[in-house]
Amino acid sequence: MRLTCPLCGPRDRREFYYYGAADYLDRPAADAAPEAWDAYLHLRDNIAGPVRDLWYHDQGCGSWLVVDRDTVSHEMLSVRAVAEDRA
Amino acid sequence: MRIEGKGLIDRSQTLGFRFDGVEHVGFEGDTLASALLASGQRLIGRSFKYHRPRGLVFAGSEEPNGLVTVRRDGAGVPNVRATMQELHQGLEADSQNRWPSLRFDAMQVNDLFAPFLGAGFYYKTFMWPRAFWEGLYEPLIRRAAGLGRLPQEPEVAPYEKVWAHCDLLVIGAGPAGIMAALTAARAGADVILADEDARPGGRLLAETHEVGGQPGPAWVAAAMAELRDLGVRVMPRTTVTGAYDDGTFGALERVALHLARPGDLPREAFWRIVARRAVLAAGAQERLIAFPGNDRPGVMAAGAVRAYLNRWGVAAGSRVAVFTNNDDGHRTARDLHAAGIEVTALIDARADARLDAPFQVLRGAKVLGTEGRLALKSVTVETDHGTRRVPADCLAVSGGWNPAVHLACHHGARPWWREEIAAFVPPHPGKPGTVPGLIPCGAAAGVFSTAGCLADGQRAGLEALAALDRAGEPAPLPEAEDAPVRVTPLWEVRGEGRAFLDMANDVTTKDVRLAATEGFTSVEHMKRYTTQGMALDQGRGSNVAALAVLAEATGQSVPATGTTTYRPPFTPVSIAAMGAGGRGKGFAPERLTTSHRAALDRLAPMIEAGLWYRPSHFPRTGEPTWKEACDREVATVRSRVGICDVSTLGKIDVQGPDAAAFLDFVYTNTMSTLSPGRVRYGLMLREDGMVMDDGTCARLGEGHFLITTTTAAAGQVMRHLDFVAQALRPDLDLRAISVTEAWAQFAVTGPKARRLLDGILDQPLDEMAFMACRDVQLHGVAARLFRISFSGEEGYEVAVPARYGNALYRDLVARAEAMGGCAYGMEALNVLRIEKGFLTHAELHGRTTAFDLGLQGLMSRKKDFIGRAASERPGLSGPDRQQLVGLKATGRGDAVLAGAHLFPQGAEPVPMNDLGYVTSACWSPTLGLSIGLGFLRDGRTRHGERLQLLDSLRGVDVTVEVTAPVFYDPDGVRMRG
Amino acid sequence: MASLIETPPCGDLLPVIVTGAQLVELRPGPVLSIAPFHGQAAAVAAILAEAGLDWPAPGTSGVGGSLACLWAGRGTAFVLGPLPEPLAARLAGHAALTDQSDAWAAMQLRGPAAEAVLARLVSLDLRIAAFPEGAVARAPLNHMAALVRRSGADRFDLWVFRSMAQTAVHELKAAMTSVAARG
Repeated sequence: MRLTCPLCGPRDRREFYYYGAADYLDRPAADAAPEAWDAYLHLRDNIAGPVRDLWYHDQGCGSWLVVDRDTVSHEMLSVRAVAEDRA
Repeated sequence: MRIEGKGLIDRSQTLGFRFDGVEHVGFEGDTLASALLASGQRLIGRSFKYHRPRGLVFAGSEEPNGLVTVRRDGAGVPNVRATMQELHQGLEADSQNRWPSLRFDAMQVNDLFAPFLGAGFYYKTFMWPRAFWEGLYEPLIRRAAGLGRLPQEPEVAPYEKVWAHCDLLVIGAGPAGIMAALTAARAGADVILADEDARPGGRLLAETHEVGGQPGPAWVAAAMAELRDLGVRVMPRTTVTGAYDDGTFGALERVALHLARPGDLPREAFWRIVARRAVLAAGAQERLIAFPGNDRPGVMAAGAVRAYLNRWGVAAGSRVAVFTNNDDGHRTARDLHAAGIEVTALIDARADARLDAPFQVLRGAKVLGTEGRLALKSVTVETDHGTRRVPADCLAVSGGWNPAVHLACHHGARPWWREEIAAFVPPHPGKPGTVPGLIPCGAAAGVFSTAGCLADGQRAGLEALAALDRAGEPAPLPEAEDAPVRVTPLWEVRGEGRAFLDMANDVTTKDVRLAATEGFTSVEHMKRYTTQGMALDQGRGSNVAALAVLAEATGQSVPATGTTTYRPPFTPVSIAAMGAGGRGKGFAPERLTTSHRAALDRLAPMIEAGLWYRPSHFPRTGEPTWKEACDREVATVRSRVGICDVSTLGKIDVQGPDAAAFLDFVYTNTMSTLSPGRVRYGLMLREDGMVMDDGTCARLGEGHFLITTTTAAAGQVMRHLDFVAQALRPDLDLRAISVTEAWAQFAVTGPKARRLLDGILDQPLDEMAFMACRDVQLHGVAARLFRISFSGEEGYEVAVPARYGNALYRDLVARAEAMGGCAYGMEALNVLRIEKGFLTHAELHGRTTAFDLGLQGLMSRKKDFIGRAASERPGLSGPDRQQLVGLKATGRGDAVLAGAHLFPQGAEPVPMNDLGYVTSACWSPTLGLSIGLGFLRDGRTRHGERLQLLDSLRGVDVTVEVTAPVFYDPDGVRMRG
Repeated sequence: MASLIETPPCGDLLPVIVTGAQLVELRPGPVLSIAPFHGQAAAVAAILAEAGLDWPAPGTSGVGGSLACLWAGRGTAFVLGPLPEPLAARLAGHAALTDQSDAWAAMQLRGPAAEAVLARLVSLDLRIAAFPEGAVARAPLNHMAALVRRSGADRFDLWVFRSMAQTAVHELKAAMTSVAARG
């Protein structure tokens, strides 16, 4: 499997650290209801098909990445830098 | 038997080798299989389950029977396919799965019990009693069934892993692959051409066909010369074993297995080839016909018989019969006849087969049985006029050809059935589960004539070029044979006796029918129930026939029955090749501190801390074990001064206008109120409220902080900080970078620490407050000094650029020793911190909260921080939590043990009564007793209680007293001093 | 007063010489990490331009006089060589500056076999068209974080963490031996 890092170009997946669903970007407000924090911390869908998750270019440039990919076809749909997305 | 004038072997180069200790001679260009066949060695192994005598069937990597053990460097490499082992001088090979000898194998008695050993035998027989599974049944079955024996020593021979990148990977160097590579390379594409064989050419080496008016091998040689001139990377002996995601292919190269003297060469190399496009030109696989007695040595694939004849000049028999259902079988008979070998009959199952041949043709006929004990003597043939016996010491069987679709299906797509060639062909491009960018062509795509393969290879090359945005030109194609495919499917001839499908796993047609009868009617179930296709050869020569038998048994068509899933690898890959470079330093890099050599000079044994190597202790004369050294080092630190390399702790430099606000967000406590020149202990949580790490945070300047992490969590913390900065708080302006490697940092700790430092600092220390930091000069070098302590004594850490680490460490230790101090290692470091109740990842193990650790005071209530919301959940604090406590052994000679559990005295040691556990323990030379840290339910209210400490694994049952987790200088007078 | 002796990261581990490839230690001198703060990239680039250096695009490096500037990761560049003190002082408000001189072991792998040797340890596409002279990548050397720069048609500068120098040399030597054996 290969990921195209927006900074480094196409690289083997061994360079990347997989974190999990991109839900982790949407941190609730400090005073949000416990249910919101529960969902944020613990509830994830297990999707067959297009998913969006977080990877870290650990052995490369140090960018956190949002990766859209398809767990059925293994197709890489897009890779974007989190920081650029949020800027 | 060799045929004069035939073959591509070099008869001027004879090679001596041994098989089962017997000397044989072959030629350069031989495989072990061709040389053995030339020597008349018909019997080559015993079958897996029934120990039936077996001979060679194929000439390539699909061989099910010819598995041998090759001796290399004194060890046996088992399950080497004789067809894939190139001959070299001095090669030593042995047959497998026989005792005492290949000709007389005691286990052939299994064959007599064959009626009881059918599909599912093991599942049905060895069910009860359960207690016998591991102890009795498994060893018994393993001894009886089997292949070669694995060497018992660890593999030390060299293997390697290599990466390659290209525009186009062409898999297979037969006519189609060569044409595809030529087409692409002529247009300037960067091409890798990989082929399993030692010699490129594919089927052209095994046939008498001409290409472009010259012999096939000559055309191949000219084409290969052009490819090399074009810069194509040609990789012989390289099997592409798997198609993985995003254009990555796995390939196994046999690098030195064909050499008598490999020198420094690796045995095999496992390649990962990243290709923008790939052409699958892997050819086709001949299939057999199942009939009673079809596994007798001498029954072979017709295409293999032809390959042995034309490529290696070997006659597989002196009187050969051919049994076929298609025109290709006729070629074998004609080539044999032309070479002067007697063809006793061409048995064609088709009623309309051609009769014009200079040998007997029996059409509409089928082989019903075979005769001979260890080798074939004759075959029984059923014709329209009754049965008759045809003498033959070799029966060449052709049931048609299966395109090698495997790689095209590695992403899950299934092949489809083409009725006119009676074979599965690769899935249509673009269908779900096809391999993106992979273009099948030639025989792998069901194109079987040479002319067709050349044209289709060119088509594939052009298609690849278009995808690569390169212009390509169709070149005129050389003239070649263009016979149509004529085949009438015949899978099985039913009669008396067993008809084998998967010879490697001893699966018969009857087993497949039994599976269907017992309800295993799906092809995936049948496979697992019978073990069809689950051996080394993965059923490459038998799977399609097996599913055809299943189709018939279930009354379905072959395409409706479908294939099993194609998974990598295409051929077996040795674990050593996959794990190449993964031993020792290649498994885990060794991180060495700048004081490493100095510590070794002092004979310190090293222990691993993550990837780091750190000294355990510094033994002195008269200290028989580590414990005496450790006790002395602890006492020395407490009474005088000790030196310890602490460079392995993570050091992260954080700078920026918002650095302070950022640190307030990642630490539970507040760092923005820290004054420049001061240091604060800090705690980081995970977002789920558990403690991630602890460390110090030093403010070097207004917008400049240096934080430390534990050795173990340095990488995790850096990743976390990057996440918070990039994802959660992109509004904050700061940059963080690791400086762990830039600085060598040494703890100087003990009552005499300040005196020692005054000796090396350019300016004397004067007063330096506890938890202060400052820039200093020592020996003229700019350094940093921190007054922090992990020992409980007055302590400093001095940091210099790493280049000076070695010199400074030696200087510090020499000065300490002159003052009665010493270097101390990890054992003493651990004792010192347990005595003080300081934490490591034994306590910060991912399931403990700040409350559990007694650090709830570090949780600021004035700000948001990572982990705050979750840590405030009910259940993460309170009396039900297991809280950090100290533990003291009460009995003389008793020891607190890490990992032991705590129970009320007198309570039954069952999980319901489990109150907690010990995380760290040591002998405290300072207190003169065994102490520990642990977590105890409602522990902070239990100080003074006595509990039972149990460790059933190590047979420990002692009474301990619960205390506060700080055993030494609880008010910190010495540390702050 | 006594002075402290410097110990280089590789020291007596190098050179390693086999047929077709040599591995030697590099002494790049001062290494300054520059990581511009928000919105400061242009200001940093302008100051570096006075030293004859371009701010490097990802995956590139450049040379200006006796200095070199290497892209070194997300929003980070390393300046190699002695950046004039006034320039460094002016950078201070615009970027995080960190001395990385001692953090790395730098070595050069050169010779006709260099690319083949690296292909055993690095998963990068090192073909000259994809990784031309001056190209830089942060990528693992086997399991070690590394910085790779192509400094010539058949030479590569390799940077690994100082603590891993011994392992890096060991791994490179094994790959060099293996490639040399292929002749």
